[in-house]
Amino acid sequence: MIRALFAAVLALALPAQAEIPIKEVTSPGGITAWLVEDHNIPFTALEIQFRGGTSLEAPDKRGVVNLMTATLEEGAGDMDSRGFAEARDALAASFSFDAGADSVGVSAQFLTENRDQAIDLLREALVNPRFDQDAVDRVREQVLSNLRSNEKDPGTIASERFDLLAFGDHPYGSSGDGRIETVTALTRDDVVAAHKATLARDRVFVAAAGDITGEELGLLLDRLLGDLPATGAPQPAQAPWLLPPGVTVQDFPSPQSTVFFGQKGIPRDDPDFFPAFVLNEMLGGGRFTARLMTEVREKRGLTYGIGTYIVNMDHADMLLGQFSASNDKVAEAIKVIQSEWGRIGREGVTPEELDATKTYLTGSYPLRFDGNGPIASILVGMQMDGMPIDYVTTRNSKVEAVTMEDIQRVAARLFDPEALQFVVVGQPEGL
Amino acid sequence: MLGRSGAGIAVALALTLPALAEEPVTTFTLDNGLNVVVIEDHRAPVVVQMIWYRVGAADEPPGHSGIAHFLEHLMFKGTDKVGPNEFSGTVEAQGGDDNAFTSWDYTAYFQRIAADRLGLVMEMEADRMRNLRLTEDDVTTERQVILEERAQRTDSDPGALLMEQMRAAQFMNHPYGIPIIGWRHEMEQLSREDALEYYQRFYAPNNATLVIAGDVEPETVKALAEEHYGPLAPSDGIVPRERPQEPPQLAERRLTLADERVSDPYVFRTYLAPERDPGDQKEAAALTVLAELLGGNGQTSVLARALQFDSQVAVYTSAFYSGTSIDDATFGMAVIPAPGVSLEQAEAELDRVLGEFLEQGPDTAALERIRTQVRAGEIYARDDVEALARRYGEGLSVGLSRADIEGWDEALSAVTEADVMAAAHKVLDRRNAVTGWLTQPEPAAAEATPAAATEVQE
Repeated sequence: MIRALFAAVLALALPAQAEIPIKEVTSPGGITAWLVEDHNIPFTALEIQFRGGTSLEAPDKRGVVNLMTATLEEGAGDMDSRGFAEARDALAASFSFDAGADSVGVSAQFLTENRDQAIDLLREALVNPRFDQDAVDRVREQVLSNLRSNEKDPGTIASERFDLLAFGDHPYGSSGDGRIETVTALTRDDVVAAHKATLARDRVFVAAAGDITGEELGLLLDRLLGDLPATGAPQPAQAPWLLPPGVTVQDFPSPQSTVFFGQKGIPRDDPDFFPAFVLNEMLGGGRFTARLMTEVREKRGLTYGIGTYIVNMDHADMLLGQFSASNDKVAEAIKVIQSEWGRIGREGVTPEELDATKTYLTGSYPLRFDGNGPIASILVGMQMDGMPIDYVTTRNSKVEAVTMEDIQRVAARLFDPEALQFVVVGQPEGL
Repeated sequence: MLGRSGAGIAVALALTLPALAEEPVTTFTLDNGLNVVVIEDHRAPVVVQMIWYRVGAADEPPGHSGIAHFLEHLMFKGTDKVGPNEFSGTVEAQGGDDNAFTSWDYTAYFQRIAADRLGLVMEMEADRMRNLRLTEDDVTTERQVILEERAQRTDSDPGALLMEQMRAAQFMNHPYGIPIIGWRHEMEQLSREDALEYYQRFYAPNNATLVIAGDVEPETVKALAEEHYGPLAPSDGIVPRERPQEPPQLAERRLTLADERVSDPYVFRTYLAPERDPGDQKEAAALTVLAELLGGNGQTSVLARALQFDSQVAVYTSAFYSGTSIDDATFGMAVIPAPGVSLEQAEAELDRVLGEFLEQGPDTAALERIRTQVRAGEIYARDDVEALARRYGEGLSVGLSRADIEGWDEALSAVTEADVMAAAHKVLDRRNAVTGWLTQPEPAAAEATPAAATEVQE
């Protein structure tokens, strides 16, 4: 299945011009999906995303999409929570539901031998959830428990503080899990309204991989999604970018400080995106040879791990990083990061670093497509990002095409040590 | 977050482990004692190399806790042929990834890379099996990294600290009571000599299993293994792994960890439990099914039904057991009480429900659903050849045979109601148990105040 792609990458070590057999399938009812057929193992992985997610909710209803999503499989149609779970387990199907800032996601895996029954069951959860009051209340208590736990978790405190500094009142500026007051006040009607607002056909993206044909998938999609409303709530506005530079310390009793840092990023459709992507890999990729791992961990032993990420959300673009370090070392680690941030902006990278990073990125890309589950997940993400269906065959060429000139130009444009904000949660010394 | 992981505590559900009969598996042994397992999966041209050393944290010399995991980090520092930190760089330049992990019973290193680069990673892995070079500087800097790792994963997490204390209480004599990452005061003293002594004794072909999984042919693997690993000398320091065993546990142990970083208090309970034994894994299979029945499912399990749905004293319950170890395992449960319910009440309810279960036994339909999931798990698992490789590597490293490993799903499917109840009556005995309470320092209200919430948001 993925063999052709690999063969090209490895044989040439040149831009991969390869094939992965992704088909676009349109159901009789007009729902489109991307499919990779592979009949080796008798099951199918199905990934569905509804664009919008927790960013569709009003400020005083913060957390309602998360609560709704977590209650989807707590009873549907004529089944209560237990009845639904027993039916699902008797089919050995697995369903999971996830509320993100930009989408509500559904992941399903089901056996070929009882595919129709599994889809009928999943349909009940998506189209016909009961949201029984006792189920809503029970799940709400679990959400509240998580929220209380988050309030004592330095990583969550740091990321939420960072988001607030960056986005203020925009939904991106607060946690999609909601706040204790808002979640406590949510009613069953709110949950029902959130379901109507988010799970609609005009915002759905679908991918499947495994033991299913295009025709079978088309029929399945109409059964599964055809009865959802045609449209839902309007998408949110572009987020403002309010992040001030500097260091923000929030006291927290811990031997270590947890740090979130970042600056404004670069849009996915910017012509400089690929040079930026390659640059980030060289500076803060999760690999042991990335510059920050080398400087902060390998040479100085200041942390267990550090990484930076280009984050592209629907309405904002960020360059983010995170690490933890002992309270007496975190100031030194921040100095090293600031220095590396400035150095890469001023000096760019060496041709050897660029070559090594390209071979890593192009060589590792095909290794991602190593099972039905991962393939379906990647394909739905590509659609959400607006990629063309042949992106898999062109992506490595785009990495290969990055030149030293691109790197110099984009490094100077992107990395701005003066713009960096560090949110430090702990009891840091010397900050 | 990242990195050479250590001290990973797997609470994985044994029911979703890979199926073994479907993919061709070949095993052979080199003259120097290296065991080799080849698992073929030709769907994608990827290969995973894993080398599993039959030595882990439970084999450390007393007073040197953490040396197994520290050495795991130091194994990336280079040899005469491969410069400091070039190991990962070479793998990454080929588009691959590599990492390592340490447990009480084994230490494993792996790379995932395009299948036609297998010779390269074999050459490097074989090289560092016997030719590691360490400088004092390497050791000093990397010791800081493992101390940061301990700070991040254990000292910053009251739940992890409670687990550590509970294990120390659970194992009164066996080194399983010592944390894999090590006790901080001993980690601070770990030296280059400690690392090299341990390395030279235990890292050898006659103390390792090589697992190669993916798009490979057994004949090719055999030729490459003989070329790269074949010339390595065995160690004469390998002896049977006979650790101090637990005496009869006659008195239950209870402990409370109070920490201001705790949000919702909870109750944690572990019982000493038998592990899978070579040729005899029936009881471990029954315990695996018992854990699934009691706490495997948030809607249908015994604890969830009784404590979350009926009496609503809990917001979360679970039960877990993993029997793949050389010596005794643990069977565990956790209950997070609902607001307004004390830990004392929650624990009393837990024991009431366990008592009822021991009298009434499991729901027949629930047992049948678990069997269905075991069978389906064999299908789903074929999608992940790396997990399959781990299953062989781990099983062989704790002394199980290939037949034991391949017979595990069948053992699970064969578990009867009587097996479950016999295992439950044997293990769920408070004299074998450690009960841990995680609390806030003051008897504060279980509910966080709105003021605290606002403070975080601002």
